[in-house]
Parts: sequence; C-alpha cells; structure tokens
Amino acid sequence: MLEVVGLTKSFGAVRANDEVSIDLVTGEIHALIGPNGAGKSTFITQVAGDLAPDSGSIRFRGRDIGHMRAAERARLGMARTFQISSLIGEFTVLENVVLAQLGRLGESMRFFAPVARDQELRNLAQECLARVGLESRHRERVSEISHGERRLLEIAIALALEPAAFLLDEPMAGLDQEGSRMLVGLLDSLRQTAPVLLVEHDMDAVFALADRISVLVDGRLIATGQPDAIRSDDAVRAAYLGMEQP
Amino acid sequence: MTPRIASAAVALLLLAVPLAGTVMDEPWLITLATRVAILGMAGVGLNLVLGYGGMVSLGHAAYFGIGGYVAGVLAHHALEGDPVLLWPVMLGGTDSMIVIWLVAIVSGALLALLIGCLSLRTSGVYFIMITLAFAQMIYYFTISWPAYGGEDGLPIYLRNSLFGLDTMDPMTFFLIVFAVLVVVICLVSMVVRARFGLALNAVRQNETRVRSVGIGGFRVRLVAFVMSGAITALAGALFVDLNRFVSPSMLSWHTSGEIMVFVILGGVARLWGPIAGAALYVFLEQVLGSMTDHWQFWVGLLLIVVVLHARGGIMGFASGQRSDDG
Amino acid sequence: MMPATLVAEQVLNGLQFGVMLFLMSAGLTLVFGVMGLINLAHGSLYMIGAFACAAVVSLTGSFWLGLAASLAAAAAAGALVEMTLMRRLYQRGHLDQVLVTFALILVFSEGTRWIFGAFPLYLDIPPSLAGTVALPGGLDYPLYRLVIIAAGLAVAAGLFQLVSRTRLGMRIRAGESDREMIAAIGVNIRALYTAVFALGAALAGFAGAVIGSITSVEVGMGEPVLILAFVVIVIGGIGSIKGALVGAILVGVTDTMGRLLLPALFGTFLEPADAAATGASLASMLIYLLMALILFFRPGGLFGKVA
Repeated sequence: MLEVVGLTKSFGAVRANDEVSIDLVTGEIHALIGPNGAGKSTFITQVAGDLAPDSGSIRFRGRDIGHMRAAERARLGMARTFQISSLIGEFTVLENVVLAQLGRLGESMRFFAPVARDQELRNLAQECLARVGLESRHRERVSEISHGERRLLEIAIALALEPAAFLLDEPMAGLDQEGSRMLVGLLDSLRQTAPVLLVEHDMDAVFALADRISVLVDGRLIATGQPDAIRSDDAVRAAYLGMEQP
Repeated sequence: MTPRIASAAVALLLLAVPLAGTVMDEPWLITLATRVAILGMAGVGLNLVLGYGGMVSLGHAAYFGIGGYVAGVLAHHALEGDPVLLWPVMLGGTDSMIVIWLVAIVSGALLALLIGCLSLRTSGVYFIMITLAFAQMIYYFTISWPAYGGEDGLPIYLRNSLFGLDTMDPMTFFLIVFAVLVVVICLVSMVVRARFGLALNAVRQNETRVRSVGIGGFRVRLVAFVMSGAITALAGALFVDLNRFVSPSMLSWHTSGEIMVFVILGGVARLWGPIAGAALYVFLEQVLGSMTDHWQFWVGLLLIVVVLHARGGIMGFASGQRSDDG
Repeated sequence: MMPATLVAEQVLNGLQFGVMLFLMSAGLTLVFGVMGLINLAHGSLYMIGAFACAAVVSLTGSFWLGLAASLAAAAAAGALVEMTLMRRLYQRGHLDQVLVTFALILVFSEGTRWIFGAFPLYLDIPPSLAGTVALPGGLDYPLYRLVIIAAGLAVAAGLFQLVSRTRLGMRIRAGESDREMIAAIGVNIRALYTAVFALGAALAGFAGAVIGSITSVEVGMGEPVLILAFVVIVIGGIGSIKGALVGAILVGVTDTMGRLLLPALFGTFLEPADAAATGASLASMLIYLLMALILFFRPGGLFGKVA
C-alpha cells in the first residue's frame, strides 16, 4: 500500500532522517516509535507531502508520489492527523468534517448551492462523527470543545477522506488514561478501514495495537519487526527501551 | 440586532437618502448615496479576499482603476468614432453600460489572475507590499501613457447608456447602481455560503489543515482573488460613469487604503459592512470637511482609535457581536 | 549612439538614487526583521526630516544645523510613535498594522500641511557642496550628488558594523531569531525596539533632508519613496541589510537607466513621438517588472529566507 525507501532529510548539519525505509501493508497497524527528536514527525511530514525530502522514494497505491503536493496525496487517499491538533477553529465540529469531504470529492470549486443545507454531506459527516463518538457534539465550535474531543475530531476528519492509509502522528498526545483507553479501541478498529502508520509514545498502546513496529533512533531505523521481536531486540533495548520502561 | 437586520438597515438607509434628496429637492444627496454605493461595492470586492480569505491586499486600486479606464476608454472611442484596436481584431468603442461592465469585469479578473499568480505565492508582509507595488506600477503606467490624458485623466461627456434610460438623471443612475450592488452582494453571499466559501474560510484559518484534506489552498485563494478583482473593477466602471471622468488618482495607493478602510470601518467578513463603512467615511468627509480643511487629520485619528479599540466595525457594533478575526 | 559621458552620468545618478533608497529601506527592513511590523508611515518620517531641515535652514541659514535637525526630528517622531502606538501593534496581525500606519500617514500629512501650508518649500544645496567636479573621462558631475553617494555608502558601512559587531547589533540579531529568549536573558526589549525604530526613522529623515535639497520639500513626498523601498525589500529579502543595499542599488540604477535607454531603444524602430511615449511608459514599469521576475524565481527575495 505504502512503500517508503531511503528517505533522507537534513536540517543544516543534523540528519533528521537517514535512509529511512518503511512499508505499510493492507490490514496492519505499523507503529513507528523512538525517543523524542528521533525524526518521527519529520518522517510523517515528508510522507504527507508538507516537507520535501532530500532523497528517497515514496510509493503509494502503486504510484510514485514523490512529486505530488500534500493536497494531491490526500486526494489519493492518504489521511494524516497532526501531533498538535490542527483544526479550523471557527468552524463547527461538523463543518470540519464536511470540509474533508469537499476535499475527497474534489468539490471545493462549487459556487452556488449553500453547503450548510446539503443533507447528503451532513449525513456522511455525521457517520464519520458517529464512528468516533462525537455525533452529539456536531454543532459545537471547535474552539469550544475539549482537548480529547479534538483528538477524536482529527480522526473523524481522516475517516471522512475514505482513506487508503492513515498516518497518525501521536493521536494519544495529552490524553488522560480513560481517553487513551477509548482511543486504543477506536484505533484497533481503524485497520479494517485502511492500514495505519502510527507514531506514538504510549508504549502500552503501541504494544497492544501494532502488528509491526519500527524503531527510529537519531534519524536511523534500527529495527523493524513483530512486537515480540522488538521487545527482545538488544539494539532496541540498548538504544531506546532501556531509557523508557516498556 | 441580528446581522441580518443590520444588513437590511444599511440597505434601507442607502435607499432612503436619495429618496429624501428627491423629496427635499437636494440632488447632491442622491449623488452622495450613489458614491457610497459604488465605493462600498469596491469594498465588497476587497472584503471577499480580506474578510473571508484573510489576504491583506493593499493594491485594490488597480482593479478599481482598470474598471474605470475600461469605461473611460471605451466611451472615449465611441464618442470619437475611432476604434480602440485595429490589430489583432478590429475593436470599436461603445457607450453601452452592459458591454462596458462585462469588459470591466473580464479585465479586472484577468489583471487579478496575473497579479494573484505572482503575489499569492507569498504571504504576510510580502503579500501586502507586492500587491501595493503592482498597483503602483499600473498607476505610473497610466500617468506616463499619453494617449488617454496621462496625468490629467480623461473626461467622458455623457454617461453611458442602458436600455434607453435617462442615465443623466441622478435618481435613475442611483437605481441602476443600487440594482447592480444588490446583485453583486447576492452573488457574494451565495459564493461564501457555498462549498467554495467553506473552503475559503478554512484557508484563512488553517491552510495546513486544508491541504491535508486534499484541497489546494493556492487555487482557492486565487479564485477568490480573481472574483474580488472583477467586482472591484465593476465598481470602478460605475465610478467613472458617476463622475464622467477617469484619472490616475483612481489608481493611487490612497484609493487602495481607502477601500480597505471601508471594509474595516464596516466590519470585516460582513456582506453589507463595506457599504456601511463607505457611508460613514463619506459622511465624515462631508461633515468634517465642512468644518475644517484638515478633515483627513481627524479621520486618521478616528481610524487609529477604531482599529485599536473597536474591531468589529459598525456591523459588529450594530449586531452586538465582535468579529473573530485578528 | 549615446555619448558615454551621458551614460556615465546617469549611472551615477542611478547610484545616488539607489543609495538614498537604501537609507529608506534599511530602517523598514530592520523594523520588519526585528519587530515583525509593517510600517506604511515610514514615508512620513522621510517627510518630517525634510520639513525639519527646511524649517531650521530658513531660521538659521545653516544647512548643517538643518541636517542635524532632520535626524533629531525624525528620530524623535519615530520614538514617540513607537512608544505610543507601534508597541500595541507588535502582537497584532499585519492588517491592523497596515490600517494604523495608513491612518498615521493621514495624520502626519494633514498635520504638516496644517503647519507649513500646502505650498512646497525649497531647500538650497549648501554653498560648500555646490558646483561640479571634473571626473576622469571628461564628465562634470555635481559635487553634492557625489557627496550623497559617499555619505550613503558610509552609512551602509556603519550599519553593517553596527549589526555585525556591536552589542546593540547582537541584540538586534537575537531579536530576529528569538524574542522571548532575549527578554529572558534580561535585555530591555522595549528600549531595544524603541532604539531600532528611532534609528530607522533617523535614516529616513536624513534621506528626506538630503533629497529635499535636490527636489522640493512637500507633503506626500515620502509616499512614492516608501513604495519604492517596499520594492527594494521584496527584491532584497525581508530583514536583510545586505539585501536592502543590493536591492536599492539595483532599483536605483535600473530605474534611471531604463528612463534613459528605453526611449532610445524604441527610437530605433518607432516614430520619435511614439518611441518617447512607449519608452517612458515602459520605463516607469521597469522596476516592478524586475520585482515580478525576481519574485517568480526567488519568492523570498535575493537574500531572504523563504517567504
């Protein structure tokens, strides 16, 4: 589905990503973990098309998408969420999801029918909100909802793109225990919709969810494999898990 | 007052002033109201990019002016009887308002497309300076191009014609302008509530998010910019018909600043806001201007106070809510 | 064929124009770079400098006192405006900055007209700088303009030293990269901002006084120069003093040479009257076309970071 080979990106003298290769196959959750500053967000941002890599190739659904802009990649079915919620603050919850549908349907250049009265768009958006449990909050302005609800809305927006792959950048960031538990259940169900590339710090969640795990340290991939193999991998233990108890 | 009632109040007031002018036999009031409607319309064009799209264009005099020169030049050639162009196609002048409006709209749109393609690649301070600079380029061009009067401008001796109406009659001309204004505002209202409007609103607030759901922000902003240029150019064509005179001063950067002031005084992203803003500006110009030659000094001070302390503008104040924009 | 002395003279005129544009642009670009503020009223400070100079010269008869007054008046006006208004605008959006500084232009222009009347004032070149100098190649060039070029280049050199070598410059550069950091290490950021603003204002006032002696001193004289300074900054890149210098000289020389060469160029294949008109119109647009070209290939300007 998604195949990234040899992705490299430097900021000045710092190699944020050094020959990183990761693939994503249908039906799986592939977690990308690593200490802070390992280059995980840099990696996601390049795959999503908001940052140009120095070298390396990205193939998605059998096509080379290296030259495509972020918007084109999204239309092709790549749905990303942001580490720090990135939403349209003055819009309602529902409007945020409707906007994503306009992107998917390529309908942002329609000038006549009022969008607020389009029942079909609203219904589709409500379905996405229902999947994350926000259907009763659809009228709220995003600036009024809680942090946890924003994290869920990010995922509802991704769902609205009817994606072929999810790129989730720390979906659990800042959630309390109960919020995290709920989100784990939701993420678990996402893989039936499309495979998930999951960047996450919450190790309980990662080992509960992931089919495969890749470990990034100082911009380099030091291991990829099944959770059990990663747990017992010496290099990983030395470089990473030793510092943060799994 | 809800925003809707505030809008209706502005529209009714704009209609009431020329009626009063007719009843009291003070035709200058009608001319004043016409001026407000036209300047407000230029502001409606700017509001689409500034208010809804968040693009601070300081060069809308370019579109106002090109619309004005379209009206002036076409009417000039119609009067002289010589063609505007011999090559590549033979093109004559015209005194038909409909044709002039269409040409003004298309010219404004094309100019906005050209300037937009370059300036929308940037943002923030760059965008402000670049839109200003391109407008200034056209200003200097009209000054140094002698064929249409250069610095002195170009008079047209009769208003252009529409369906055999007596367009020289102030009330008739006001009603024409008012009708055009209502049509323009209805169209803008439709566009901002349509799918495109949702996207435009979103681009103003968070372009990264818009990109990530598959919508190209540049395209959305460019289309809004082109529409905006077309509307302001149409207003420019009407302005020249009102004054029966076109000159480079329409293109000066003070005009750009004033159009922006209309939008801000009225309240950004409100459909009738620019009309209210233009009305207040013209009112101040008349009242302060009758008291002192230095009325601009006081307008400047007032504007500073409004920007620092009353950011919702007239429409925000009247409808008891503040605009959210920074 | 055009005489070489004419071309050389115009190149020098272009250089002189460019150096003056640099004085305007340097202040603007510093204020952009350090405080993130767009100041449309920068042209008013230029005007204030010119009027202060003219007023003091007519009172005392001394050009040098006038020049000192132009620096002082513009710096004082700049500091005053910074402390009363600009300070409230740093945290606001560019739209508010544009509006308030546009309103300030109305206030300054109308206020000046109130005090000095609507008629232009004339400033004479000081007698010690009148006359011409014979340059190698047989060109007699006005001494005053040569002195302007030298003075402008000296100011440019001084600014480079200031920004790259001194403590104040270090603070300015730190302010560009991290406002909170320098506030945290105890630099008085308010005083720094006022100083930067006053410095930019003084440069503009100086330019106004110097140019006012060549042209005339009148209300609104600063605005065309302000817009050219914007073009300079767009070409050079925001916040870069080096960019401002290169951009200013590029704009000054391009504009002056365009006005000389384009009508001649069109004269080779058009009727003289048509050639003069077409050449003049195109020449008036030339620097903006140059800006468009640079923008197309380098949206961040020649020396700027990405826009």
